[in-house]
Amino acid sequence: MKNLNIKFIALFIAGAAIVGCDDEFDNAIVDGGVYTSGEADFSKYVTVGNSLTAGFADGALYLDGQLNSYPNIIAGQMQFAGGGEFNQPLVNDNAGGLLAGGVQIVPNRFVLASDGMGTPAGPVVLDATPTTDITNKVTGPLNNFGVPGARVFHLAAPGYGALAGVATGTANPYYARFSSSESSTVIADAAAANGTFFTLWIGNNDILGYATSGGVGVDNNELNNVNPATQGSNSITNSNLFAGVYQQLVAGLTANGAKGALVNIPDVTSIPFFTTVPFAPLSPASPTFGPQIPTLNATFAGLNQAFAFLGVPERSITFSQTAASAVVINDESLTDLSVQLTQVLIGGGLDAATATLFGQQFGQARQANATDLLTFTSQTVIGELNATRFAQLTGAGLDAATAGQLSINGVTFPLEDQWVLIQDEQDRITAAQTAYNATIEALAAANGLAYVDVRTELSTVATTGVSYNGGVLTSTYASGGAFSLDGVHPTARGYAFTANAIIDAINAQYSSTLPKVDIGAYGSIQLSDSAQ
Amino acid sequence: MNKLKVFVVLCLISTFAYAGGYRVSTQSNTQLAMGHTGVAVVNNADILFFNPAGIVHLENKLNISAGGFGVFSDVKYQNQEFGTTFETESKTSTPVYLYATYKVSEDFAVGLGIYTPYGSNVTWPTDWSGSHLVNEIDLSAIFIQPTLSYQLFDSVSIGGGPILAIGAVTFNRNASRTLTDEEGNRSNIEIEDSGITAWGWSAGLMFTPDDRFTLGFNYRSLIDINSTEGTATFSNFPNSSLTPDNGESGFTATLPLPAEITIGMSYKWDKLLLAFDYNRTLWSEYNSLDLEFSNGASSINPRNYKDASTWRLGAQYEFTEKLTVRGGYYFDESPVQSGFFAPETPRNDSNNYTFGLSYKVNSKLSIDTSFLFVQFKEINESYDFFSDTGATTTAPFAGTYKSSAFIGGLGITYSM
Repeated sequence: MKNLNIKFIALFIAGAAIVGCDDEFDNAIVDGGVYTSGEADFSKYVTVGNSLTAGFADGALYLDGQLNSYPNIIAGQMQFAGGGEFNQPLVNDNAGGLLAGGVQIVPNRFVLASDGMGTPAGPVVLDATPTTDITNKVTGPLNNFGVPGARVFHLAAPGYGALAGVATGTANPYYARFSSSESSTVIADAAAANGTFFTLWIGNNDILGYATSGGVGVDNNELNNVNPATQGSNSITNSNLFAGVYQQLVAGLTANGAKGALVNIPDVTSIPFFTTVPFAPLSPASPTFGPQIPTLNATFAGLNQAFAFLGVPERSITFSQTAASAVVINDESLTDLSVQLTQVLIGGGLDAATATLFGQQFGQARQANATDLLTFTSQTVIGELNATRFAQLTGAGLDAATAGQLSINGVTFPLEDQWVLIQDEQDRITAAQTAYNATIEALAAANGLAYVDVRTELSTVATTGVSYNGGVLTSTYASGGAFSLDGVHPTARGYAFTANAIIDAINAQYSSTLPKVDIGAYGSIQLSDSAQ
Repeated sequence: MNKLKVFVVLCLISTFAYAGGYRVSTQSNTQLAMGHTGVAVVNNADILFFNPAGIVHLENKLNISAGGFGVFSDVKYQNQEFGTTFETESKTSTPVYLYATYKVSEDFAVGLGIYTPYGSNVTWPTDWSGSHLVNEIDLSAIFIQPTLSYQLFDSVSIGGGPILAIGAVTFNRNASRTLTDEEGNRSNIEIEDSGITAWGWSAGLMFTPDDRFTLGFNYRSLIDINSTEGTATFSNFPNSSLTPDNGESGFTATLPLPAEITIGMSYKWDKLLLAFDYNRTLWSEYNSLDLEFSNGASSINPRNYKDASTWRLGAQYEFTEKLTVRGGYYFDESPVQSGFFAPETPRNDSNNYTFGLSYKVNSKLSIDTSFLFVQFKEINESYDFFSDTGATTTAPFAGTYKSSAFIGGLGITYSM
């Protein structure tokens, strides 16, 4: 009888164990096989590019930014379909600054400060002590070869990662941290990593430096300059040079048969750097500007008559008492009427000295219109005294009060070239961008690579916004979620959005099924009142 | 005869105490083994919990019953759209009980019960994708219930008593899906309170028309656990006037322990006893978990639970003088409605299979064991009532959940 009891107990336990053992998903992600790599091989992913590839945000390269770089996000999703480990040249901290031999050479990142009473104020540089010294070389294998600041030809330039060249400006401090030698090139280092899959996103800085500097540099297309050594800074890279180097980069990355994705160049009008400051920012409600309007209009009335007399009434300058007015800018594409203007003003009874001054100051002036893009940084100078002009005028013998009245940026002193991207400048940028994108698309097609039209994606963010789980992603500065406080680089959320666009293109090209990420889980801007 | 016994054993398994929400049905080893039926089953002092009217039916003068359980539960989460997978940390909780009854006269008995009918202990990996809803929750409540029972008529007894509930809660979650301090640490709020007391009551009725058939009815009242003296700790918030300051704050919150109605019957047939219980738990009391912090912050979390039913079947069979075998099944309906599926109590409907054994050491002492396997179907659900600060749209947290739980218990019953 006792034996029998044990048998029954055993039967009980066996039966119950069968009933109770079911605690797995029918289709468990952790078991693998849910996502597939299709015709691609994600086992070693290598990525090449500029600041966007590095994970640069808020004006700096900091640790959390790198961890949320689009390549790191994509690599995380690739791990569901055979992807391997992904190493980045991580910085030490979240300060963002860089040191060279203990001396800070790159400033810390931006954070969004408040007024101390619960209202957002504006971007400030974070008070933190950076600890990443570029003289401490990153060792070990790398997958991310994104170099902030790099233009297309930099990636193939020997010595771009030479520590010795950082101080003299011939080398890049970010690449110097991880370059394989003083004479190595980014593309050779990346090719040596021997990836089975790659992404390449380069060319943004080939127009962006020109754009963010308000078009002060040259357009190497107009100059027909194809020499990579003399493209200059703040310039537009020659499109033929771009095509030649880009082809080399693709050849280097595909030499081992690797598959990959090429990412195109977004519009500069997609970024808040050019869409935040309106062309008409001068409010009559401003306590400093508002009360000046009658005096200003009286002063400009004489000038406007002269403009009318010279047949250019469109250059007239008036400020509204009821609505925000456009800033006064210096448009270098206009015919310089300084001499004629001076003569007309003298003829109108103005003394010669003042007339000459006005002639100089307003010879290429006009009020801005909707086609002009004011840079993000222009907001710090508009309505402020231009110290240089003030010194010039007082030096020329003007009393301080008059000199001061004639030196207000954007009001009495036309905004200089560096603060405004006029239509001509935008056209040069668009022409180059269109040529670059044509090159990128053609090379993607020729090599059977995925082509990622991030230009269209980011344009949608800027125009209509893109809904996601929990919000709408827009390019509105600080609050839109997509762009970081430098106004140019995406936030982690913006990078996640970009990663999804690239994943879509990869899946479409190679019939893989990489999952996208939940962009609502990625942060945007950092709040902090810890300002430097 | 053997064939019959095999048949009975298999039936017990194939037909067959965990309940929805944060109710944990582990108030007796002998009864858990029978699907946690018991409103009409007079086995031992455990009847004090199931039906206070039953203690007067116990044959012995003094009855003591004590025991405990190991609850091993686990919840897996995955979201196939994004490839995210998470699993709760396996923590063992140990609900216990102690009942003592004393028969003052043939028709009057008194008793005292101490038991832990509510609890929840869910720990997700810190900063997991649902961490804005919960990182960790630990709820517990101890009930102390003095009880009187009186034989009103030959076939009708009544009983009841007040319940002193002592509750404790720890709840940790991140402030939002993305807020961090300057170092990237997720901003976090943890609330903690213990020793919260509240009163309720239990009352029962038992009808015994003959030796074989018993009918029982029990009502346990709602008990609101009002937390007013606990501490909320804000940590990893950035240095900004746009977010709350780091440090401690007070808070208030109310968690209802809902009323429960049970009706059931048992039928004894020689060595076999069959029992059926129906529970209705009035979970609709639990509308929203609202936290009001003394630093001005607040957190409103709609729950919108619905009243839920549990159907329980149990059987016991005296194989020998010394050995009694029990089995049971119950279907446990979740109070959580679609769209309100928060990962703090990720429960869907479950099938529950129980069994157990009692071994009589001598005429006074018996050792009881019980086992419960809880079977949940995997479920695609979401919690749709979270939105980030300042956002105009909600951010539903969706995914597939798969829960599992195993409970093993050991107890003793003593009578003289």
